[in-house]
Amino acid sequence: MNLRNYLKVYKKFLHTSLASELEYKTNILVDLITAILSLVGSIFLLSIFFQNSGYIGGWKFEQALIIQAIYTILNGITNTWFNPNLTEIVKHIREGTLDFVLLKPIDSQFFISLKKINPSGFLEIMLGFFLLLFCIRINQINLSLSFLILSFITIICSICILYSLWFFISTTTIWFVKTWNAIEVLRSFLYIGRFPLNSFSFSLRVFFSIFIPIAFITTIPSEVFLGLSQLWKILLEVIVASVFLITSRKFWLFALRFYSSASS
Amino acid sequence: MISNLINHKIITLLKVQYSNMLEYRVEIALWAISGIIPFFMLNIWTNNNLNESINVSDIMLSRYFLCAFFVRQFSVVWVVFSFEEDSLLGKVSPYLIQPLNPFFRYFAQHLAEQITRFPFALIIAFFFFIFNPESLWIPNLGILLLSIVSTFLSFLIQFLIQSIVACLCFWTEKASSIERLLFIPTLFLSGLLAPVVSFPAYVKSWIYLTPFPYLIDFPANLMSGNETNISGGLSMQILWIFLLFPLFKKIWTEGTKKYTAMGS
Repeated sequence: MNLRNYLKVYKKFLHTSLASELEYKTNILVDLITAILSLVGSIFLLSIFFQNSGYIGGWKFEQALIIQAIYTILNGITNTWFNPNLTEIVKHIREGTLDFVLLKPIDSQFFISLKKINPSGFLEIMLGFFLLLFCIRINQINLSLSFLILSFITIICSICILYSLWFFISTTTIWFVKTWNAIEVLRSFLYIGRFPLNSFSFSLRVFFSIFIPIAFITTIPSEVFLGLSQLWKILLEVIVASVFLITSRKFWLFALRFYSSASS
Repeated sequence: MISNLINHKIITLLKVQYSNMLEYRVEIALWAISGIIPFFMLNIWTNNNLNESINVSDIMLSRYFLCAFFVRQFSVVWVVFSFEEDSLLGKVSPYLIQPLNPFFRYFAQHLAEQITRFPFALIIAFFFFIFNPESLWIPNLGILLLSIVSTFLSFLIQFLIQSIVACLCFWTEKASSIERLLFIPTLFLSGLLAPVVSFPAYVKSWIYLTPFPYLIDFPANLMSGNETNISGGLSMQILWIFLLFPLFKKIWTEGTKKYTAMGS
């Protein structure tokens, strides 16, 4: 199947899942309030940290806000695409409905990663963008073409890493069946992405750059925004992102060999 | 005779749920791991010397966060998610026929899960002391008992709040999103991420009137030997339980009248 067909299929996905999600309109409103409160809460927490100290890990309050903004955008993306789809994988495997996905003349990873969409995450993404624009103003960042390109690349890489992490864990469902809790562990680890990497001790910093590259997800894009990032860091992020994407793909294909349907 | 019957029921329920929970050891271990956020926060606090400004030593702060971790481990409540699923699938109907409020079943589930979780929490604490040997301490027996009581009271408050939210399932299909909304203030105001002592004055002036600081901050301070008002804290916890219980009873009787068996 070519690209155009995939786009056509994706349009159908969008249509069906939006239609079913919009059934719960108040739910979307509640989710929006949740997103706003959670942003307010983390800014509150950040302000406690900065109460009596001008710098945390070499970051000023205004600069640390950029990390919050990027985290909010990425969290919105997680809630819009990764979370609804990848929790669906668990269901597919437990109930044996993955059979139907595998039988379709379409790439199975494409199908299970993009089937569903949760519109309330959009609002969170917008919230993050507003905060980011605000940060660009208070930090007096000059917008130039090279800056825009670099920040775009790093954020795309962050999304790829995030997706791969989620997809990795969901793939393990094929062996362990119930990985819902493993996702909770990932979520709690991702939480530290709200803070500058330098504010942690050396051992944690190493752990979060090598084993679970959360450091790359928010800190490097924020450094790009502040014009602090060295080129090698950006290159490293691109490499890490592509390695993660390729391995997650390989891992999925490998895992499928162990899939042994259910119930039937 | 009656008390004998109740005892018998409770013990049977606990036994059933405990063996049920033991089946899911791995998941519960992962749950325990996902609660380690307080340790990341501790790392930020001590690594940036933020605790100097609130006059809490490194050691006391690390004990505080360890206790916060423990209190959280034994006061996690998820009844709304179970109840929502059961009510959407129509499983609540057979429970309603039984001469026992279904919430006893969920309550026993939570207690059984806490018993299963206990060894994992101990293992995590063991690792914590390996990395921070200087913060090892032995609380005196009276204080330990009191803090266990207050942790249980904190669990009761959260269980009641969530049961009230769960009863909203009788009116709306997605009560869990309201729970997610309520979780945000719990997360930021309960003292899980930063001790309430460190909060700015404009928050401290009203926060002690809300149930939040009694959920984690108070039991954790009590257990870790930090300064706290023991009798005041305990009486506030009991007061909240007395306020919430009639509310739960009311919403339960109203809700069961509204209940229309779904699914089956």
